[in-house]
Amino acid sequence: MQTPAKQHLIDPEICIRCYTCEMNCPIEAITHNDDNVVVDFDICNFCMDCIPVCPTGSIDNWRVVTNPYTLDEQFEWMELPPQEEFAAGAAEETTGLEALDDEISKLLAEAHAGAGGKAKAPASASKASINLHSIGKPAEMVVQGNFRLTDDPNHDVRHIILDAGSLPFPVLEGQSIGIIAPGTNAEGSAHLPRLYSISSPRDGERPNYNNLSLTVKREIDGVCSNYVCDLQKGDKVQVTGPFGSTFLLPSDPDAKLLMICTGTGSAPFRAFTMRRQRVDPDAQNAMTLVFGARTPQSLPYFGPLNKVPDTQLKKHMVFSRIEGQPKRYVQDQLREMEDDIAGLLQDPNGYIYVCGLRAMEEGVEAAMTTIAESFGQQWHAVRDAMREDGRYHVETY
Amino acid sequence: MAELVNVEYDTLIPNNVGLSKDRRVQKALEKWHPGYINWWNDLIPREFQESLVYLRTTVSVDPKGWAKFDYVKMPEYRWGILLAPEVEGRTIPCGEHMGDLAWQEVPGEYRALLQRLIVIQGDTEPGSVEQQRFLGKTAPSLYDMRNLFQVNVEEGRHLWAMVYLLQKYFGRNGREEADDLLRRSSGSEEAPRMLGAFNEETPDWLSFFMFTYFTDRDGKMQLESLAQSGFDPMSRTCRFMLTEEAHHMFVGETGVGRVIERTCQVMKENGIEDPYDVDKIRALGVIDLPTIQKKLNMHYTLSLDLFGQEVSTNAANAFNAGIKGRYMEHRLTDDHKLTDATYPVTQLENDAIVLKDMPALTAVNMRLRDDYRRDASGGVGRWNKLIAKHGIQFEMVLPHEAFNREIGVFAKKPFDPDGKLLGQTEYDERVGDWLPNKADGDFIASLMVPCTEPGEYAGWISPPKIGIDNKPGDFEYVKLHMA
Repeated sequence: MQTPAKQHLIDPEICIRCYTCEMNCPIEAITHNDDNVVVDFDICNFCMDCIPVCPTGSIDNWRVVTNPYTLDEQFEWMELPPQEEFAAGAAEETTGLEALDDEISKLLAEAHAGAGGKAKAPASASKASINLHSIGKPAEMVVQGNFRLTDDPNHDVRHIILDAGSLPFPVLEGQSIGIIAPGTNAEGSAHLPRLYSISSPRDGERPNYNNLSLTVKREIDGVCSNYVCDLQKGDKVQVTGPFGSTFLLPSDPDAKLLMICTGTGSAPFRAFTMRRQRVDPDAQNAMTLVFGARTPQSLPYFGPLNKVPDTQLKKHMVFSRIEGQPKRYVQDQLREMEDDIAGLLQDPNGYIYVCGLRAMEEGVEAAMTTIAESFGQQWHAVRDAMREDGRYHVETY
Repeated sequence: MAELVNVEYDTLIPNNVGLSKDRRVQKALEKWHPGYINWWNDLIPREFQESLVYLRTTVSVDPKGWAKFDYVKMPEYRWGILLAPEVEGRTIPCGEHMGDLAWQEVPGEYRALLQRLIVIQGDTEPGSVEQQRFLGKTAPSLYDMRNLFQVNVEEGRHLWAMVYLLQKYFGRNGREEADDLLRRSSGSEEAPRMLGAFNEETPDWLSFFMFTYFTDRDGKMQLESLAQSGFDPMSRTCRFMLTEEAHHMFVGETGVGRVIERTCQVMKENGIEDPYDVDKIRALGVIDLPTIQKKLNMHYTLSLDLFGQEVSTNAANAFNAGIKGRYMEHRLTDDHKLTDATYPVTQLENDAIVLKDMPALTAVNMRLRDDYRRDASGGVGRWNKLIAKHGIQFEMVLPHEAFNREIGVFAKKPFDPDGKLLGQTEYDERVGDWLPNKADGDFIASLMVPCTEPGEYAGWISPPKIGIDNKPGDFEYVKLHMA
């Protein structure tokens, strides 16, 4: 059997054949005949340049396929084919896929788009399992704890521990799970899963327990975040996943990590740090964290983080709302670290991870552009090469 | 380079052309700006000026920064000067200068020709906004109202784009032309818009959808040709305008499609099989398919006139000069000079329609019109699929190019929609079957009642399949100002 792959498709029922996608595709992966506009599987690299320019939304369609649809097949279509059925967990081995279902694939593709192209896992990362549990067959987990992480009434961030009991639910640091809030939406259909990054390492929140943790911020009108933040010990939760196969930790002990985050974007980095502490407690100077928040009170894990020795994890916490002090953002810190980061960008063992609100991307991009220029390089060229190597990762929402 | 992709907001006029370093042009534009704002404010009814509209605004011209959505009051929309990024080493793609580096300044010998093309293109942009000024009052939903306003502000921005070219590259003459673009007015007795199709009013929403489908598509084809221009600033301007134009195509195609869909649905629900059972269908508050066909006939033929004469030395000169290319010039595989090539052109010989091979150079207009026809027929085919899905026996068709023409070899000849030449008397008797008459217009007008509850739609049109920016069905696309 061929390895399943993700294919980008255009919905012929919604597309108006304006060819704007075709004109904006930098690598001519999109073409058309008199009937349909289609994407060439062999060329498309998921750079996403075509997505925002589409006036109809027809461009944003994805299928996981064993045999990619050819151009000729796509030219014949009057409507999109349904997603093929895959047995749950069929993709135990690596497939390069982030998830098997369309909706989750789309969410992850959007979350990773800030890296400027198709994300790749670090070469030495462990192989991730995906889609072991789907909407049709979710896993039931039991809440073991729900702890408040912040001391700011406007920023209620929770550390939630879920126990999978005897269910197989293998995860890797950097992966996400989906949580299905009970009840129905305004249209009367069941809520779709919301994705949350796992903040514990692969062998459990507590070593060798089949549990995991999440870091969740309460959003005022967020159906799912309020549900999760209100969970009580003993409550049962419907979970899908795991998802994600690229935003992963390299197993190579020589890998040097720069982790840049805001808010709950710290979740995967907590997992990365704990994993490294467990497997290689003596490693030194291999991890740096740049963490932005409004105030120390709103920064999740402020206390525990400060207890991690600097030799294990160099920590730079920057705050944008401390009275009487100038506002500082992650990009300001990155600029101050220009020499170190320039070194990391050019080091084949250097890995960069960005995670947090989408708004942080712009500042990070600008800082990286300056830093790349400091050694006479174009940031986007550096970034693309790093991404291809599995050394540059973005997950924003 | 970075500053040419990102948009400067430090000047009054957002731009990615380094306006703050070009004092002369900045001053000229700032002088023109109040007149523009007055034009806009006089045009669009007051209650809509004050409303918050969920609009797409550009923050950068690369694809990813291109579509940011947010609520904006229309007069505060960031009109600006946005050019697609410069392609290093771009060469002139056609004509006698083919292969030379594209011009960054206006070549003296083509100054008049170029200025004329820009003025004509620029004149259409405010024209359509003027034609559509009252439609907001009868919008069939907030979704449609938002789409109308998006089209309007982008046409406004396209005017800015042309005015920038005039003021930057054409000196005093250009500044006067820029002022005249605000002086002329659609349908005006003393100073009408330059092209006929832009002096017809857009009386109802079906007309608006037909206009955006057929007439804006002419605009798209013209922009495609100008995007091939050897005058690089023109090419870059038009390339960026094309990305916005796609939304207008979308509004037109889905708008007409939704009207058809609703008619078919209501017919089926009421057991009406015969699409020509007009009275019964109209009594149900939807627009019968034959009337939609009549509207199509009118807008399509008016739009064909915009392509000018089939054989044109002006068009040949513009192509040969490298000022205006053909549709998708870069994908064509001929010599791009057309020195010996021929192209089949429809001509009238002794009242018979014949195809004659003419020098391809002089047939550039004809070729673009053929490309247009092909492009326009695609959507018609998709509308027919909607009708077929409901099992109704009816097909929309594009009328023959000889029908209802005012310009070109068929001008004022009494051809029917099948391309058959009739006597004038017979034509006059039957034209009401092919083009909308007063009763048709009155009926459509009677359906134009506003529907301003989020998620609700007037009875003659179906809701869209997907929301703008993936918003849910009941999203409040316009927060109406209640005075």
